[in-house]
Amino acid sequence: MAILDVQGVCKDFGGLRALNQVNLQVREGSVHAIIGPNGAGKSTLLNCFVGRLKPDTGSVTFNGKSLLGINPHEINQAGVARVFQTPEIFADLSLIENVKIPAFAKRDGAFRLDLWSRTDSHAEVRDHAEAVLEDVGLADKRHMHAGSLSRGDKRRLELAMCLVQDPKLLLLDEPTAGMSRADTNATIDLLQRIGERGITKIVIEHDMTVVFTLAHTISVMAQGAVIAEGEPEAIKGNPRVQEAYLGGAHL
Amino acid sequence: MSAATVDTLRRGNAAASVPAGDTASSRSDHIKFAVFAIAVLTMPVWLSPIGAGYPDLVQKFAIFGIFAIGFNILFGLTGYLSFGHAAFLGVGSYAAVWSFKLLTMNVVPAMIFGVLASGVFALLIGYVSLRRTGIYFSILTLAFAQMSYNLAYSVLTPITNGETGLQLALHDPRVLDGPAEAGLPTTTLFGMETIGYPGFYVCAVMLIVAYYVAMRITRSPFGMTLRAIKSNQNRMNYTGFNTRPYTLAAFVISGMYAGLAGSLMAVVDPLAGAERMQWTASGEVVLMTILGGTGTLLGPVLGAGIIKYFENIFSAFNDQVLGRIFDFLPEVLQNLMVTLVHPFVGEGWHLTLGVVFMLIVIFLPGGVMEGIGRISARISRSRSNRSS
Amino acid sequence: MDALVLQALNGLDKGGAYALIALGLTLIFGTLGVVNFAHGALFMLGAFCAVTMQKILTLSKQIEDTSVTFFKAFKEVPYLEIWLGDTGRMLIDYSVPIAILLTIPFMLLVGLVMERGLVQFFYKRSHAEQILVTFGLAIVIQEIIKSVFGANPIPTPAPDVVSGSADVGAWIGFGDGLYYPYWRLIYLGFSLTIIGAVFAFLRFTTFGMVVRAGMQDRETVGLLGIDVQRRFTIVFGIAAVVAGLAGMMYTPILPPDYHMGMDFLVLSFVVVVVGGMGSLEGAVLAGFLLGILQSFASMNEVKAIIPGIDQIIVYLVAVVVLQVRPRGLLGRRGVMEG
Repeated sequence: MAILDVQGVCKDFGGLRALNQVNLQVREGSVHAIIGPNGAGKSTLLNCFVGRLKPDTGSVTFNGKSLLGINPHEINQAGVARVFQTPEIFADLSLIENVKIPAFAKRDGAFRLDLWSRTDSHAEVRDHAEAVLEDVGLADKRHMHAGSLSRGDKRRLELAMCLVQDPKLLLLDEPTAGMSRADTNATIDLLQRIGERGITKIVIEHDMTVVFTLAHTISVMAQGAVIAEGEPEAIKGNPRVQEAYLGGAHL
Repeated sequence: MSAATVDTLRRGNAAASVPAGDTASSRSDHIKFAVFAIAVLTMPVWLSPIGAGYPDLVQKFAIFGIFAIGFNILFGLTGYLSFGHAAFLGVGSYAAVWSFKLLTMNVVPAMIFGVLASGVFALLIGYVSLRRTGIYFSILTLAFAQMSYNLAYSVLTPITNGETGLQLALHDPRVLDGPAEAGLPTTTLFGMETIGYPGFYVCAVMLIVAYYVAMRITRSPFGMTLRAIKSNQNRMNYTGFNTRPYTLAAFVISGMYAGLAGSLMAVVDPLAGAERMQWTASGEVVLMTILGGTGTLLGPVLGAGIIKYFENIFSAFNDQVLGRIFDFLPEVLQNLMVTLVHPFVGEGWHLTLGVVFMLIVIFLPGGVMEGIGRISARISRSRSNRSS
Repeated sequence: MDALVLQALNGLDKGGAYALIALGLTLIFGTLGVVNFAHGALFMLGAFCAVTMQKILTLSKQIEDTSVTFFKAFKEVPYLEIWLGDTGRMLIDYSVPIAILLTIPFMLLVGLVMERGLVQFFYKRSHAEQILVTFGLAIVIQEIIKSVFGANPIPTPAPDVVSGSADVGAWIGFGDGLYYPYWRLIYLGFSLTIIGAVFAFLRFTTFGMVVRAGMQDRETVGLLGIDVQRRFTIVFGIAAVVAGLAGMMYTPILPPDYHMGMDFLVLSFVVVVVGGMGSLEGAVLAGFLLGILQSFASMNEVKAIIPGIDQIIVYLVAVVVLQVRPRGLLGRRGVMEG
């Protein structure tokens, strides 16, 4: 059963077709990788899922509910969380606050006027946030400014901010870009561990090790269209993929 | 707005490297609050050695302290820079004076009406202005404040009494007080006159309440949410927050603070004029907040106090006073010093204000509070060096 | 109909001043990314260049007044009149236009010093901090002017020849009764000339092309190995000169005082925002538009229908425009919204 169902999505930017009749079904509980050369439309597609962009035509259905024309915060409240290509965190706040904030959003909804209680009196939020920080290996830095973290740690923090919400669908836009080999491996480990919780994930990635280690299904995009889809082994051997994506070289 | 503020904050907190809202324990907050309350109530005592202990001035410290605390709830927490906050100050004053004219000279209903009126006004202006961010927001608030100011002088004269300002009159109904005796009545707190020092104590208690409420807000999930909006509004949307009602709530609360300050102005001196709404008055509260330390609890109060002190004491300096100050110097030097200092005092105190303000923004973006933080960090470092 | 034309003309000269200030603000914002709250102070400094020139030209000497015979009387006679006679008198009469000799170099100097001495340190800081520091500078500048020239407006008349009114009605075939001060016409022509010159400079010179490219995409232009920074410094100087000239020429219309800069600044910022931050055409368009609207709103017929509209029209337009077109009339997406 598809938790995310994308049908015939098109998006033009001033005459340039960024997405062309994209169809995509993401199975619940699976890790679905989207790969493709730069400018293939991967990030544009992701933006259509979270309400940053509105497709010109087509439909995006999540859990039986259309995601088109509703606000980003409503999409998140429906259970979609996103990790960005450049980490989007609260640089002025401490790590623990960075994680508490999404936890409050999950618990209290999109708006709640709680002016009077002390933030640290909400023990269950604090405990949950600390547990997730522990999970991603940032527990000992929890009182540091998020802005002073290394790039790899920022990505991990952003992941923690998504995980604390227990999303139904997690969108990861190049979660290992710019990371060292060791950091990349650590991230793969982490993603595999959270895979066990059954969170559906869509991963955009250039690092093929990451893709082939994690993904159950791979969609290949080129020039705004999905040109191939299948299990990793099938994709590896697909000549059209090698043509479009690798210019004929072997994987 | 955020990238540089980050730098500021990081520099400001370099010593502790811990954000303010996070670790401060409930206990240390309450100790600070108690110290603050005592300091405020005893202002007439400890400020008299520097010539600032008289009622007129300590009243101003308290009133503008409230104004600045409220402004900081918007600007310090959410980063939205309003250039129209004086409008709410003015609305609070008008509402309070009307309460004195129509209902009673008791200050409690006057303050309630002042706060409510400015709250409603802030809700309207905020609803429209907060649809935009950045400088567009600033200009929208400025536009609304200027409209209010201009209208107060023209078509709204029946409510504002135009250039003369709204004043008490003998024939005012004052339905709750009954007919006035001879002469204009004074403001009261359930029968006790509230001018002079009693007036100050009304303001001081309100300042303490205002500080306490601001402290609770800062430490609450709401306050943390506001700081997160300042830090990265984009992330907030993808984190499931509807940010508009949060910023609107902050705007309204901050407008109500301004309304309270405005009504207290009417409490200590029952008249209201449109000049309170001019954009320069909005600019002044920005200066106070920055000078003291944006985003801190105490900073805005300090900033308000410093500016009002300069305004009242500094501007009274003249050449004779200066001559006495530099009396210890040889006459040539004395005259030289008087000539050099002259443009900065008396009529020229605004020049000093401008210079000090520029220096603060350039070198000490965290304001006086950052300065205090740096100094105390240095002291504790040298102390720990000595002990090791 | 006559009244409408007259109001339109009235709006155009004020609109010209708004447009010139807004143009400079936009140039600075577009190239340097800096919100300059001291731009009104530059306008005011230009006006005081005219005052200074007038003071210099009328430097006087006390000589015995021979027309008074009862006692020994003295009168002040300007040196120029003593040395050059009628020519001297004429020079004094023309002190406002002559002030251009002072205004251009002085404003250029002020602009360069301001950019090198202060503004350059604020490129990387937030717009709020830029606003605050330039706001502080504006206070400092206006207080200095106040302590030198006093707090009262200083009359600086236009030359005698153009002090009357032109029969505009006859020129455009509307019949009698449509008189309009010469100097305001001159101001309108002057502002259009300056606007034209700035646009031509940006369009037809290499320097201007680099600046325009830099306004579009600063980093790329920097990567081309062009010293964008130095050019942008010069742009700041140009913007200062434009504001200064606008202020200098405005003195016969409005006797300058120390806070005229702030008054114009607030309106000019509204103009810039209505036009769209970063759009030069938008700044000019909105400047004239708001000038004319303000002038129409102050007609008695209009005020009779909507009382007080003249007091708020500019701000009201700003609010409406920003609700309908979030980035102003001609603004680009993503500018100044952080």
